[in-house]
Amino acid sequence: MGLLSKKDAKLISDPLADNNPITIQVLGICSALAITAQLKPSIVMAISVIFVMGVGNVVISLMRNVIPSKIRIIVQLIVVATLVIIVDQVLKAFAYTLSKELSVFIGLIITNCIIMGRFEAFALGNGPWRSFLDGIGNALGYGVILIIVGFFRELLGSGTLFGFKVLGDSVEKTGLYALGYENNGFMVLPPMALIVVGLIIWVQRSRNKALIED
Amino acid sequence: MAIDTEKNSYTVVFAVIMVVVVGAILAGLASGLKPMVKANERYEKQQNILYAMGVNNNQGTSDVEFIPTEIVESEFDKYIKKQYVIQGGEVSENDQAYLIDIKKESTKAKDPNYERRLPLFIGEKDGEEVYIVPVRGKGLWDAIWGFVAMDKGMTVKGVYFDHKGETPGLGANIKERFFMDDFTGEELLDGNEFKGIKVAKGNNDPKNEIKDDYEVDAIAGSTITGDGVTAMLKKDIQMYKSYFETLN
Repeated sequence: MGLLSKKDAKLISDPLADNNPITIQVLGICSALAITAQLKPSIVMAISVIFVMGVGNVVISLMRNVIPSKIRIIVQLIVVATLVIIVDQVLKAFAYTLSKELSVFIGLIITNCIIMGRFEAFALGNGPWRSFLDGIGNALGYGVILIIVGFFRELLGSGTLFGFKVLGDSVEKTGLYALGYENNGFMVLPPMALIVVGLIIWVQRSRNKALIED
Repeated sequence: MAIDTEKNSYTVVFAVIMVVVVGAILAGLASGLKPMVKANERYEKQQNILYAMGVNNNQGTSDVEFIPTEIVESEFDKYIKKQYVIQGGEVSENDQAYLIDIKKESTKAKDPNYERRLPLFIGEKDGEEVYIVPVRGKGLWDAIWGFVAMDKGMTVKGVYFDHKGETPGLGANIKERFFMDDFTGEELLDGNEFKGIKVAKGNNDPKNEIKDDYEVDAIAGSTITGDGVTAMLKKDIQMYKSYFETLN
């Protein structure tokens, strides 16, 4: 036996593949478009969402029996907003440079519909441990897609990864550029994120026919 | 548990408790961390000003490297010789000038009876005097700001730009070396006329070898941020023109 029971392990593995929040449920698209022009912000966003989602799901799960159902959405929103502000403040005080780099992304976490979606669909009806796993799993599933999209967009759009010029210098015409290769400027624009996500969905569905709806 | 969570009175009480608890946590956290946040902001400003005048750890990298936070205060005292505040033509020395909030000043300046306070820093590096002024304007999503270091003929010696929330990979690149370095050596004055520096599209001088055209090459896909930089430089540096005239 591993650390997790089979049922619990599925909470982590499902969102990574067959029940991915972005490619299958098509949630959280807005932030996936906005921040994936480069790899680094994509990774940072993924980590921040893992934190907010893990903790948030546990908090909501602990409160699930006392939350009045009439105002549960507002309560969820308050929990997300509070966590995000805490992250933001702590970063500003102890890791100022990092917090500068993240700038808007921290605030953007609040708008991520995956978080509210998991609170509503899972944490309100399950215990804290399972909610924690579900939160981490979904945030990972979200993060993986973000990183894949960020990788292709930065590589093909700017010819860099983490800001390093991996394909040579486009102005000095070295490396691949000496052979006449050009960066695709379209890749850094938001519409290409949508197309890359679309391609991922295509690949995923053609590998797993069970995912294709009629 | 015998609480009826559907009752209106319960809902109201729950909401009140929730708001009070969350408010207390956040207020406590914010006031507890405030001194650290303030200090960080002060150091950052000093780093930015020093960066514009060329006091930075950029050598041998293609990234923006500030001097470390630990030594920034002593370096600031070492390189910045004088800080002035210009108010309605009156120039006075003020060693807290770098803490003046440009945003507040420009809001207050809308009142015609208020004379705007303009901070100006005189630094000295390698025996040369540089004049550093703050600038602030609007990008696509939010504020953009920076510091411009010039010699007394208003030729740019270095700039530092920053932004609150421009698009990553596009407008956010105004704080990258490849953009900021282009400004070095550009002129702001044509004879006696203030021209500013235009962030120009058209890719006519991508390596920015022509330094007297009042233009730098724009970043593709960030037209509005670039226009914001153009406008910010024009509007804010122009206010110092009369001071620079007294120098020559």
